[in-house]
Amino acid sequence: MDHHSQSAAVRARGIVKSFGTGDTQVTVLKGIDLDIYLGELLLLVGESGGGKTTLLSAIAGILDIDAGDIDVLGVPLSALPAGRRTQFRGQTMGFIYQQFNLLPALTAAENVAVPLLIQGVGRAEALRRARILLDRVGLGERAEFLPKNLSGGQQQRVAIARALVNEPRLLICDEPTAALDGPNGQKIMELLRDVGRSPDRCVIVVTHDSRIFHFGDRMANLTDGRIVGIERIGQEGTV
Amino acid sequence: MNYVALKMLFGDRAKYLMLLCGLTFAVMLIVQQGSIFWGLMMWSQANISNLNVPIWVTDPGIAQVDEVKPIASTGVDRVRSVDGVEWAVPLYKGLLRARLADGDYHQITLTGLESATLIGRPAQILEGRFEDILQPDAVVLDQWAVERMGGPAVVKVGTIFELNDKLARVVAIAKTQKSFTNIPVVYTTYERAMRYVPRERRTLSYVLAKAKDGVRVEDVVQRIRTQTGLGAFTEEEFGWKTIMWVLKNTGIGINFGTTILLGFIVGMAIAGQTFYLFTVENLRQFGALKAMGASTFTLARMILLQAFTVGLTGYGVGIGLATVFGFLTASGGNLPFAETWQLLLMVLVALLAICTFSALISIIKLARLEPAIVFR
Ligand SMILES: Nc1ncnc2c1ncn2[C@@H]1O[C@H](COP(=O)(O)OP(=O)(O)OP(=O)(O)O)[C@@H](O)[C@H]1O
Ligand SMILES: [Mg+2]
Repeated sequence: MDHHSQSAAVRARGIVKSFGTGDTQVTVLKGIDLDIYLGELLLLVGESGGGKTTLLSAIAGILDIDAGDIDVLGVPLSALPAGRRTQFRGQTMGFIYQQFNLLPALTAAENVAVPLLIQGVGRAEALRRARILLDRVGLGERAEFLPKNLSGGQQQRVAIARALVNEPRLLICDEPTAALDGPNGQKIMELLRDVGRSPDRCVIVVTHDSRIFHFGDRMANLTDGRIVGIERIGQEGTV
Repeated sequence: MNYVALKMLFGDRAKYLMLLCGLTFAVMLIVQQGSIFWGLMMWSQANISNLNVPIWVTDPGIAQVDEVKPIASTGVDRVRSVDGVEWAVPLYKGLLRARLADGDYHQITLTGLESATLIGRPAQILEGRFEDILQPDAVVLDQWAVERMGGPAVVKVGTIFELNDKLARVVAIAKTQKSFTNIPVVYTTYERAMRYVPRERRTLSYVLAKAKDGVRVEDVVQRIRTQTGLGAFTEEEFGWKTIMWVLKNTGIGINFGTTILLGFIVGMAIAGQTFYLFTVENLRQFGALKAMGASTFTLARMILLQAFTVGLTGYGVGIGLATVFGFLTASGGNLPFAETWQLLLMVLVALLAICTFSALISIIKLARLEPAIVFR
């Protein structure tokens, strides 16, 4: 695929973000330029504390940046007032966190339905669509289970179903396999890769785990607050 | 999202019960203390409410009902001549010693009612007939007199005792609201009361009156005051005057007031604090919802729903428990306990206010919350 002929789903330019003030101020992002294209799964790697999570939060519009511009699907985030930005996020993005962040009181199906409920979809319809998604991640049988009665891998699959239920065009994943063992991590990545391959969507995955590198299309390396290299990954899993 | 909010609330059974317990306890504490306080106040004006007449005419310098200041015997006629007065009757009220057959002495309040009308008579009779009070030497006791003077084995219908060396024969037992001083009440007619008490104390205590239909009681009371120079009060005014006197002069006001206020503050602090902690503990979940596109408005609605749900449940259970407590301890009228709708309404308003307040604090915290925390 020739990405450069397409318009980017995410277009980040000159992102700067500092935390703290005065002597204790640290500049975590020192001018990030990054494009993510539809139809790809982009891996974001880098040393711990390097700012990967910070960059994801900025792209998601849940963290204010000090300088730079971020366009998501052609919409400049900085131009949206806070309320509109929250709404835009709910309509266009899905999230998978390292900690699954499922609501413990809700069943698997209800958890998956939450983004739809937020969008104002009726409960019955939301649950119906949630069950379809759970089927797709292989948890159809477990729809009425509470998170505490599911294994870590199953919980993460519920989280993925939740991230996908409102058909987001941009799927943002922060170490989605960190809490999982090898085989479970592989299964999750297979699901994410399938999402990334649909032509009108893209996936960004932050990871440390070299065993899953081969699921990515490209890999960006964030070091010392800058993207120091973007490489295309071969089908056989070598970089 | 209301559904999600309620599930979040009920989902963590242990946390929900903690929260509910806190609120229930707070409500129970306040209602119980408030009811006891109000019960005491009812007792303090029992010697007014037991007579159930609309207007009390008194000495102009009267402080409270139990501190009788005699008025001139012409008082009844002067009140009768005031415009708008339908009727006016004399009332005698004074302390006397009763001597039982076994030689025991008891202090009693002798209450003399006008014989023609028996206005001021107790509404409920437990034994005998009140009208028999018109028979020679007849008196009627209230149930507290029976209790204080040795119980139903010693004092009953037919019992004969002495009042100031003159015979008194019990013909009936009446049920009355217990009074603050709990001095037994002995009813007789006004005329016979004059014979029981020593000569120098044979004076009119109060004039009881009623306004004509269609005339405002307040107007009549005002007219009695200006035309007779006596004190005149509606039943309610006199009750409040007595309550205020008790609050000011007995230490009940300060002592009980402080307890209630503390109970109120402690109760409300518990309620607010528990609910606030509940949201803080759920902050991460709310953050996740925010990251998924839930607006601050939606989250605020969820939190308010949670606050009101648990608040109203706690209110119901708390009032239930306080009422059961009151029923168990005070059903015989032996302990002061008056649960009024005003108190319940006040507690409801205060509770909803505190729930709203702590919900608002949580909401402000949520509005400021960076949903980025869920990534960490
Ligand atoms: N809210 C914040 N306040 C202050 N400092 C912060 C905040 N968030 C992040 N940081 C700092 O920014 C730096 C980058 O953090 P970030 O979480 O983005 O790193 P990361 O690359 O995701 O690390 P890891 O791989 O360990 O998850 C760290 O030094 C962190 O302490
Ligand atoms: Mg991180």
